[in-house]
Formats: sequence, structure tokens, C-alpha cells
Amino acid sequence: MELLDPKFLESVILSILAASTPLLIAATGELVTERSGVLNLGVEGMMIVGAACGFGGAWLTGSIIVGAICGIVAGALMSLIFALMTLGLAVNQVATGLALTILGIGLSGLIGAGFVGERITPAAHLYIPGLTDIPFAGRILFGEDAFVYLSLALLIGVWWFLYRTRAGLVLRAAGDNHVSAHALGYPVLRIRLFAVMFGGACAGLAGAYLPLAYTPFFIPGMTAGRGWIALALVVFASWRPGRLAIGAYLFGAVTILQLHVQAFGLGIPSQFMSSLPYLATVIVLVLISRARTGGSTAPAALGNTFVPDR
Amino acid sequence: MSDSTPVSRHSGETPLLQTVGLTKRYGSFAANDSIDIDIWPQEIHALLGENGAGKSTLVKTIYGLVQPSEGEMRWEGKRMVLSGPSEARSRGIAMVFQHFSLFDNLTVAENVALGLDGKESFKDMSARLEQVSRTYGLPLDPRREVWQLSVGERQRIEIVRALMQNPKFLILDEPTAVLTPQEADQLFIVLNRLKSEGRAILYISHKLDEVKRLCDTATILRGGKKVSTCNPKAETAASLARMMVGTEIKEVKAAAARKITVPRLVVNDLCLEPDDPHGVRLQNISLELRGGEILGIAGVAGNGQDEFFSALSGERYSNDPGTVVIDGIGAGHLSITQRRKLGAAFVPEERLGHGTAPRMKLSENALLTGHAASGMVRFGFVDTPATLSTVDRTTQTFDVRKAKRDPEAASLSGGNLQKFIVGREILRNPAVLVVSQPTWGVDAGAAAVIRQALLDLAAAGAAVLVTSQDLDELAEITDRIAVMFHGRLSEALPTAEATREKLGLLMGGSGLDPKETAHAAGA
Amino acid sequence: MQLVLEKRAERSNTIALVSPLIAIGLTIVTMVILFAILGKNPALALRVYFIDPLTDSYSLQEIAVKATPLVMIAIGLSLCYLANVWNIGAEGQFLIGAVAGSWLAVKTNGTDAGPWVLPAMLVMGATGGALYALIPAICKVRFGASEILTSLMLVYVADLFLDYLVRGPWRDPNGFNFPTTAEFDPVATVPILVEGGRLHLGAIFALIVVFAAAVMLSRMIKGFEIRVVGAAPRAARFGGFNSKQLIVLTFAISGALSGLAGIIEVAGPVGHLQPGFSPGYGFTAIIVAFLGRLNPVGILIAGLFLALTFIGGEQAQIAMKIPLDVTKVFQGILLFYVLACDSLILYRIRLVSTSRQVPSGTA
Repeated sequence: MELLDPKFLESVILSILAASTPLLIAATGELVTERSGVLNLGVEGMMIVGAACGFGGAWLTGSIIVGAICGIVAGALMSLIFALMTLGLAVNQVATGLALTILGIGLSGLIGAGFVGERITPAAHLYIPGLTDIPFAGRILFGEDAFVYLSLALLIGVWWFLYRTRAGLVLRAAGDNHVSAHALGYPVLRIRLFAVMFGGACAGLAGAYLPLAYTPFFIPGMTAGRGWIALALVVFASWRPGRLAIGAYLFGAVTILQLHVQAFGLGIPSQFMSSLPYLATVIVLVLISRARTGGSTAPAALGNTFVPDR
Repeated sequence: MSDSTPVSRHSGETPLLQTVGLTKRYGSFAANDSIDIDIWPQEIHALLGENGAGKSTLVKTIYGLVQPSEGEMRWEGKRMVLSGPSEARSRGIAMVFQHFSLFDNLTVAENVALGLDGKESFKDMSARLEQVSRTYGLPLDPRREVWQLSVGERQRIEIVRALMQNPKFLILDEPTAVLTPQEADQLFIVLNRLKSEGRAILYISHKLDEVKRLCDTATILRGGKKVSTCNPKAETAASLARMMVGTEIKEVKAAAARKITVPRLVVNDLCLEPDDPHGVRLQNISLELRGGEILGIAGVAGNGQDEFFSALSGERYSNDPGTVVIDGIGAGHLSITQRRKLGAAFVPEERLGHGTAPRMKLSENALLTGHAASGMVRFGFVDTPATLSTVDRTTQTFDVRKAKRDPEAASLSGGNLQKFIVGREILRNPAVLVVSQPTWGVDAGAAAVIRQALLDLAAAGAAVLVTSQDLDELAEITDRIAVMFHGRLSEALPTAEATREKLGLLMGGSGLDPKETAHAAGA
Repeated sequence: MQLVLEKRAERSNTIALVSPLIAIGLTIVTMVILFAILGKNPALALRVYFIDPLTDSYSLQEIAVKATPLVMIAIGLSLCYLANVWNIGAEGQFLIGAVAGSWLAVKTNGTDAGPWVLPAMLVMGATGGALYALIPAICKVRFGASEILTSLMLVYVADLFLDYLVRGPWRDPNGFNFPTTAEFDPVATVPILVEGGRLHLGAIFALIVVFAAAVMLSRMIKGFEIRVVGAAPRAARFGGFNSKQLIVLTFAISGALSGLAGIIEVAGPVGHLQPGFSPGYGFTAIIVAFLGRLNPVGILIAGLFLALTFIGGEQAQIAMKIPLDVTKVFQGILLFYVLACDSLILYRIRLVSTSRQVPSGTA
């Protein structure tokens, strides 16, 4: 296939969009969580439980929407456990996030055991007669499935929330200095609870996307580290929604392109190509940390435990 | 219990705020014990007391941050129960805290918005912010991010934020602790203007001269109880101090004449870039300190004291050995451990987290600075009995009060922990001792012990460098005083010649930084 | 009424001792519920999981065999966690150590090499693991990159690298195309301690490591430095301890221990290098480290306990058809309870009356 053949390019771009969508959704949720001052490393665990529950819900009811909701709820419940521990009991956030991931992987294996091998009808793609038929741009702009549009709407919504609403300002304040926020009378723990659960819901939705739209079946471990990449994306984006989109699509591109390079049969071992996204994450993290001149752009209170005194 | 209320103009009216038998207990400890206080409109009411007397607790209760255990508050004659600060604000009570509630990475406007109740739009609020700040002579640019501002400018945000609520009652907690004398004068002008507008002001301070200048009434707390209410203009500083402190504090005695010997700490043209962007650049700092001398460094916080301490201690070092010379040996390139081996000792400003590891035992904290040169480590192994004996000796010599032989550092009170930290260093018989804010947040008894220890150490021949924001303290114990401003150090004046005015000007930057000289002249 | 957290004046030593037991108790209760949901007899499942493996010599040895890598890795991790750096990539260091040591085994396979092979393999394994761990360490110390993410990404890379090697250049030519190296020669194999059993020399190594760590952390200045750097970094700097050096050191030691465990596992119980030879020891070791509360003796006990659950899980799968994932769930839940109970060491939970509204002050 000619590299510059429009049909080929179109299919590459479509697959990049698809590959980037779960990263974008999960990272958006984690961005909100971290802006409130909480580091939730359990994204991978929440995503994979979302995948199992999402697939299960869709398979049992035949409805993608029900599946998506199951994924969202599953992610939110997992994050609730995290919130109880870190916000309620002031447990170290890093350790709790890890525990959540380990638990999530185990739980998803248990839950998903009954669904391995089953198939569902994947999420439908939008079709607007006339618009979707436009060559090249039509399918990219008007032919995506609901998750892709949702991911963009979510990102824009989060941006608007953080920078244009008072509630978003308060959330950013809690992440900058929880002592000051508490002194001013803001319910820091409650704010963080909502932020954490929003992050969990997003992670669950992102996970559900994988068996509902990306591939129409469930395999244990199908998230393959995407949750961790989402965490790296938040750092890459310097905690700003705009750059998050760029990062997500870049990573999606790396994931897809390495598949195509493998197909070209250049003699590079497939394992090396498969490791590219992970290596890229390491390199990006190093570069982004070096490039941070001036003050750190992380929310100043990120990861610090907060116990209000009375 | 209360003395004569100052003015009879209040007879027949109800006070703006009244507390009746207000009590707050934490476990068995009573932070406030049955306090009765009356605040009237159009007065500036001082709340006096030393650290730990209960001023902060009382004020937090009035502001709704803390719930009283017993007693009640009355606002304009009617009983008031506050669910939180926002309800206090809705009544017209505003507060400017000693420790600012600001968000470094947000703009001035965003910070002010967070202190208000959000009923007006952000745009309107920003415009009103500019207007209010100009009206009261506290100019602010709404778009700047707070981390770029100086301490005085940050306080302006807090004050403007309070004023924008159009409060009937404004509480200020130690507002001049971080200001130069000239900035404090500016603040007094604002406060008097507010008073003339009919508002009431509660002014918490332990600076007696200020209170005498500014306030109409003073309520004095001691040990959680109200000791008296009086007219500070009619009292002397000594009588006020006695009411605050109770017993006579042993006067600190300097040795008759301390023998001044050779230079033991010399700093030559020290320059240092700050670690982080909020820091201060040190520029061409030089000083010479001899054995037997105590040199004080005055200055408002945030002018480079932290950076200077790091440069002296060796937590940050340069390539040039000559910038810091200890007992004749070039040490500018040496680590803190090496400097300790040369006989230097250091006491940083922050007790918990810097001077000690809070959750570690005192013996381990003794090891923290003692491992270098105090015989606590052999062939890589720790001699635990040696560390424990250091704790015992420090406890005995400096009267450190603690619950058991070797508790965690965080469990000690501020004064006792500070005695331990200072004592641990003095027991090493250092040639040079560098101390930062030796009695900040420490009760009067412990402060006296510490200051006496510093004097005794100097009398024994050591060179002592004391950085402090407390001009009274510096006047009491030092031989010479220099001032740090914007990373530069002034010439050292003999303490006897260093008047408040001179020091105030230097702290405000005149003579040190040409820009600030112009500003001070225009102030 | 409302529950609030209140900081204790001092750590509670009684809770510190008792909390792992409470955590285990709570986990068992949760597992009983889980078994019931899965439709399995809870009492029988508990017995198969926890009691049966202790009853015969073979499974007792298996417990020790499984505990060996867990304990070794966890000790290394505990040094990192005490210094407040989060090495999550132990699994990757484990794999790379196995690869590094196996290189020598593969190279000398079939040749009549001397008894120097095994010690050399062990050294190479430790070195390989250490070097691999230095990557995230240096990324953190020089560039400020999150060691959590970098060390974890490298796990995936290590896994893929191993896969490539055993399917490609190192594949046993006589192995019927299975992705595995040839069986290691006897000189390249870790000796068994008791004839006919499974207990091997690695267990002795693990015990030595536990002892050395205990001595270092409690009695040596280096151990003190590590603890202070983690507990109070600014105080550590004030004490003259170089936190960057210590971060690199703890990562290097941790990597070396993980790598050593890796090559011992491959050259011992497994006998050859193949993908997936690790049932996730590097991650389980994280749980062991926390369960043992970052204390060497605690880690030894926790490692044995978790090894017990591995064996129990395998037996439960055979005997009662309980999925292996249940073991993972158990480990995750156990870690949660351990962390939650540990919170009580530093904080007290109190019931506070809200008859007066608690200050909330909404915007």
C-alpha cells in the first residue's frame, strides 16, 4: 500500500483516534483528581475493572450504553475505596494506589472469567448521510463512535469547569494549598472525594471503551498498561487540559504506527516495536521534567496527606 | 477580674461583639478558660499575650473556625452561634491571619475571589478589588501570581480581601510580624482610617510599643484566662509585660565584658543564586565575626535569610573555599558535615522538619547532627548509648521538659524542643554557632534560657551569629547588628547605636538597594 | 455523630505490633464472604488455602522456595520505600537479572565449563538488576522524572525483551520450537539443599539478606541515613546526608537483590529461561514489603505468609476449582487492610458530636 494513499492515511488516522480515546478519557479524569491534590496510581486497576464490568454489562443486556454505565460505576466504586483510605484514613496515597491496581487486576480476572471468548456487537459509529460520506475527512469528523465524541466533550467540559467556574477555582485552590483552602473554610476532603470519584468514573469508562468499541471482546489484562500511560500523560500535559489532548493523540500515534511498521516487515523484532510506547513514555517523562524551568507546574499539594485539625 | 473599662462613652449601648464565659478545651487542656471580652464599634482593641496564651484560639472561635466547649458569643446584643467562617463573614466579621491563606500559583484576583463568597461575577470583583486597594493605599495588580509577590504585598491581599467584605469588625493577627517599621506605619494609617469609618478592630500582638501607640483598649490573656482589660496608653510597657507574663522573668545578664578574640567566622563576598524561583539571590555578602562576639542579623522574613543560612551551614556550597572561612580554614566548598568537623554548629529556623526529624526520637535527632564529630559513630555502626547520653546531658543542662527519656521530637512543646536543638549544638562546644530565629514561637521561660545559653557560649569564646526578626531580642543579646535586605547585608552597627529608626530604614532597604531607598523616601 | 481523625502525639507501639494481625483477620473475613459469593464452601476453602500447605513436607518446602524471591525483592524494596522513593519496577529488575545471568548459562551450555559458572551467573544477575534499576534512579535524580512511572514502564520493556530473547536468539534448537532456552547445565544450576527436596541454596541467601538488612537499618549510620532521607528530607540535608546519592544507592541495592532473586529463580526451581516464568513476584513483593512494614524480620514473616497463599491458591484451584485470580484479590485486599490498620498507628479515630454544626464554611 502506498504510504500516502489517502485511504491508507484515513484508516491510520481513524485507528490513531481510536487508540488515543481511552488514554484521553482516563487521563482527563486523573487530571481532575491530581488538580485537587490527590495522586491516584490506581488508574490501571480501575480501567481494567471498568473493562470487565463494561463488557459484562453489555453482554448481559445487549446494550452498549448499559455496558458503559457499568464501566463508569465500577470505576467510581473502586475509586471510592481509594478515597476512603487516603482521605478518610490518611493512608499514604502511593501505596494505596498500588494496592488498588493489584486488587483491580485480580478482580477483573474474576469478574471477566465468565466472559472470555464471548463477543458482542461493538459500539455503532455515527453516520450522517452526506457528511460522513465526504472522502477522507468525512469518516474522521463525522463517523466516529460515541466514545470518541464523548472524550472530546469531556476534555472541553473539564477545561471549562477548571478555568471558568468558581467550583473549578476552588478545586484548583485545594490542590495548590490545602492548608489555606481549609483555613478559608472550604471542605477540602469533600472536594477531593468528588475529584477522585470523577477520576474513577473516567477510568472505568476508558476501560469499558476497550471491549465495547475498540475490540468487541474481553481478554484479561487487555488494558496492557494504558492506565500507567494515562498517568504519564497528565505529567506530560503539565496538568493542563489542552496539552493533554496533544499528548494522548501522540501516544495513540506511537501505538498505531509501531503496528504498521511491524507490518512493513523491516526485520525489526516485533517485541521491540511493541515496547516503543513504554520507552516513549520514559523518554517523554525525562524530557518534560527537564524542560520545567521556573516553578514546578504540579499542583503544589499533590500527594500530600491532609488531615484537618478541629 | 476585669479592670476599669477605659471610656464611659459606651455606657447604655450594647457592644458589637461580646463573649461570655467562652471556653475551649482540647482533651484536658483548656486553651481558653472562661473568657469575657467586649468589643465596641469605632475602637482598636488589642489582644495581648505571649505565645501559647490562647489568643489564636479565641480569635478562631470568634471567626467560626473553632467551636467553643462552653460559653457563648453575642453579636449586636443577640446570641451568635457560628457554623463556620462564611457565616462569620456574612455577619460582617473579617479576619487577616498571621499565616496567610494564599495560593501561590493562582493570581491575586483568584486569591481574593476565594476569600469572598462568590456572589458577584469575577469581572466585577476584579474591578472592585482594584478600586478598594487604591482607596486604602494598598495597591494590587489583580493579574499577578502570588508567588511573585513580596511578603508585604501578600499581606495586602489578605487585608484587601477582608476589606472587600465591608466588615463591621476586622481581626488582625500579628500583622506587623512580617513588616518593616515603615510598612507598619503605613498599616496603622489604614487601621485608623477604618476606625474612623466606624468599624471595630481587634489587634493581636505581643509588641507592646505598637499597642501603646495604636490601641484604645487592651485585653490581656495569660495561660488561657483573661487577666485584665485596660487602657494601654495609660500603662507602661513594663506593667503590660508583667500582666502578660505574670512572674518576673529572670533578666538576661550579659557577662561583664566579653573578651573579643580572633576572627572565627569570616564571609567574603558571598554570592548565591537561589534554589527555586521564589528565592532570593545573595549578593556580595561579607562579614567578620570574632570569638566572644554575638552578631545579630535583622531583617524581615524573605530577604535571603534562609539562603544565607544554607550558604553558611554548607547545605548549599560554592566552588570557592574563601567565601566562608571558619577558624581560618576556607570552608566555602565544604559540606555541612565537614564544617561541623571544623567546629561549626547550626540551628535552623524550622524546628520540625529541618532542625529535627519530627517522628524520630531525640536520640536519633542527636545523631542527626552529632554523627559528624561527636563520637557517635564507629566503623559505620551507631553507638546508641552515646546518643542517649547526649539527650540526657542536654535535658539536664537546658531544662528540657518531656514525657519520657527518649520521646519523638514532635511530642515536645515548641520551647522545649528548641531548648533541645540549641542545647544539642552548644554541648558540642562549637567554635562558631549560627542560629536562625532562636526564640520564634517559644514561651518566655524557654526563650530566656536560650538567650542566656547564647550569651554564655559567647563568653566562653565562641563566635555567635543570630538571625532574628525580633528587634528586642537582638537589642538584648548582640554586640553588633547588621540588616539583610533583598539578599544584601548592610554594615554592622554597634548595637548601642542601632536605633529603631536606623534599623527600620535599613530593613526597608534604604542604603542597600537603590530602588527601595527611593520608595522609603517617598513612604 | 461523625468520625474524625486525630493525630497522636506519638506513634502507638501496641498498634504497630497488632495491626498486621488485625489486617489478616479482616482479610480472612472478607475472603469468607468472597468464597460464599463464588459458591464455594468457605471453611473448606480457608483450610485448603492456609492449613493444608503446612501439613506436608513438600508444600512446606515449596513455601520456602516461593518465599525466597519474595523476601529478597521485598528487602530491597523496603530500602527504597524507607527512603521515600517508589521502586515499582522490581518485576523488571527481576527479569533483567534473570536474563543477565542466563546469558552465561546459555553461552556455556553444553561446554564443559567449571564450577565458576554459577557464582558468575549470580554476580551477573545482581549486576544486571542493579544497572536496570539505575535507569529510573538516574532519571529521577538528574531529571526529576517520576520513578514510579519510569520504573514501571521498564517492566513492560523487560518483559518484551525476555520474550524476544527466548523466542529468537536464545531458543533451544532442540526444543521443538517451544519458546525456551535449553535446560541449564548442572554447573549453572542452583544446588538443592536437601537431597530429593525442592529447598535450594537461594533460601540461605534470603536469610543472609534479611540479617544484613536488619543490622544495617537498626545499627548502622547508613541505615539511619536512609530512614531520615525518607522521613524528613530537609532534616536529612541538614544532617549532611546526600539524598541523591542515597536514592541511587537504594535503587542499586534493590535492583541487585531483585536481579539476584531472578537468576536464582531461573537457575534453581525453573531450570531454564522462558517467558512468564515469574508469576509476578516483583509486584507481590511490594505487598510483602508493606505487610512486613518495611522491617526485615517482618518481611521475612510476610514473605512466608504470602508464599503460603500462593501454594494454597494453586491447591485450591486443583481441589476446588477456585480461580487463581482469587489469590491476587486476596493479596490486594490484604494490602488495603494493612495500610488501613497502619493508619491507626499515627492517628486516632474519634466520634465527635455534631450537635453543634461542624465548621464547613462552604464557598
